[in-house]
Amino acid sequence: MEGIRRIGWTVSQHKVLSICMVLISIIVLSGLLAPLIAPNDPNFVDLMHKLEGPSKQFPLGTDQLGRCLLSRLLYGTRVSLSLALLIVTSCLVIGTIIGCFAGYIGGKVDGLVMRICDAILAIPSLILAISLIAIWGAGWKQMAVALIIVQSVYYARFIRGLVKNIKQQTYITAAKIAGTSTLRLMTRHIIPNLLPPLFIVVTLEIGWVIMDISALSFIGLGVQSPTPEWGAMINEGKSFLRSHPRLMIVPGVMIFCMVAILNLLGEALSERKGLSRLLPKWAKEAKGS
Amino acid sequence: MRWLAYVLNRLAMMVPVIVGASFVCFLLLRASPVDPAKAYLSVSNIVPTEQAIAAVRAELGLDRSFWSQYGHWLWQLIHFDFGISFFSKLPVAKELAARLPITATLAVSSLFIAFVISIPLGIASALRKNRIIDHISRILAFLGASIPQFWLAYLLLYFLSVKLDWFPLQGADTWIHYVLPSFTLAFALIATYSRLLRAGLLESMEEPFVLYARARGLSTYKIIIHHVLRHAIKPVITAAGMNLGKLFAGAVIVEQIFSMPGMGGFFLESVYHRDYPVIQSYVLIMAIAFVVGNLAADVIQAYLDPRLTQKTNKGE
Repeated sequence: MEGIRRIGWTVSQHKVLSICMVLISIIVLSGLLAPLIAPNDPNFVDLMHKLEGPSKQFPLGTDQLGRCLLSRLLYGTRVSLSLALLIVTSCLVIGTIIGCFAGYIGGKVDGLVMRICDAILAIPSLILAISLIAIWGAGWKQMAVALIIVQSVYYARFIRGLVKNIKQQTYITAAKIAGTSTLRLMTRHIIPNLLPPLFIVVTLEIGWVIMDISALSFIGLGVQSPTPEWGAMINEGKSFLRSHPRLMIVPGVMIFCMVAILNLLGEALSERKGLSRLLPKWAKEAKGS
Repeated sequence: MRWLAYVLNRLAMMVPVIVGASFVCFLLLRASPVDPAKAYLSVSNIVPTEQAIAAVRAELGLDRSFWSQYGHWLWQLIHFDFGISFFSKLPVAKELAARLPITATLAVSSLFIAFVISIPLGIASALRKNRIIDHISRILAFLGASIPQFWLAYLLLYFLSVKLDWFPLQGADTWIHYVLPSFTLAFALIATYSRLLRAGLLESMEEPFVLYARARGLSTYKIIIHHVLRHAIKPVITAAGMNLGKLFAGAVIVEQIFSMPGMGGFFLESVYHRDYPVIQSYVLIMAIAFVVGNLAADVIQAYLDPRLTQKTNKGE
């Protein structure tokens, strides 16, 4: 009884947070369980049933090749989420290494690394990603690497700022005087203190990366057909704008919901932790493009 | 004089960024798994024999050393020579210049729409804090951050062009063609700017000079227009300067959706063709747009708040 009451209290205290968590769990689960809950094979082409409206067999209707729209959306969740997680995790690792290195050593190394970051940040991230994909050729692997390279720079800069801040704290000086090795200082004292702000940035960043993935797939440079991906689905559906707007609207709703929930969660978290002032400018700003 | 020194100081800070960005652009080509000479031949539909490859390598200067190539490229850039497009065989500078007006119009009109909507919205939501208008602007900000731009473009196209037939579907012939694309680009900006302005206004309203103005019996409206706005708008100007690059990036997709023959759409076509000189030049131009945007924001801020120029001269 006590336990249930406690959960109830926590939920009522953090309404937005709880609702977001529930919604995210539903989306993640629907992606994970796609093979079980999807009514049809997402890639099964059935020209007899093409461009059909919603029916019992196809709850959201079919696309121009007679594939089940709902099944494609569900499988698309897997594609978008797993790609976004892969990209964000890689960026986090690379960004932490570079950021800690530059922030901790400081001096000329730091200056050089930051100048390189500045030069890369001067180019809009989506343009740089598109150019890298242009040179390597279209495909989800190339897109993932391009986004990792481009986004890592933001992480490196952000983490470097955090590390510089932490380095000035008294407990770091105390640990140094006590003879803690640099490696131990990093893993025991600096990195754990990076985690709370990073957690919030990552929440927001996953949403933005999903948006970038869908934009790149939309222009045909990312995930390739027939793999179901929301942006690529909008691209395929755009030719039927006049006759079947459903094909374009439905996948967009999915992207919007996913990004909106992550944005809400990120905001709720940062308000709760009082960490909003720690967020860098680029994280606060709406990443419109 | 002080003002000029401030601008020159800012300008000097931008030079390393531009040089660095140019190096990144140059490295882009190096990251290619395909020999640029072969890419050139395949775009031109020439059989890549060894002789042909060697000839193209010499023509493109690929047989020279890395630094000599970079130096040569920079030298050409300074003379506005961006190379020759692989695809059209025309000078890249000419191709881009022909398309610049459309993209520039799009960027400027987006910024214009963003300011025209977000300034009144920001003022209203600051004056009516936590009232209906404030909630509306909060929801707008949230939508702006969560709606994918390309999807918004299609939603507008479907509802306003296909269903209601208010706007043309595509093209860039008259001003009416620019309405939907500009609004698509402006939407996310409206969201950010109105919230930034609201926060700035609420902060500035606490300043002593506002109390003084109130004591003088000025109306809230006059205080905001004549005294507070020029301070509160500073973060918006900074954001707008930083967004110039983003606007160009957004234009790439938006121009393609609305079939506007601008720079962005041209860039995307070149991406599909693997037209390396165009890609390289476009990326560099984006970096320059970013730097110019930031510089312009700094200058406008210095104009709005002359205190900024004093700080730099005293060596901060």
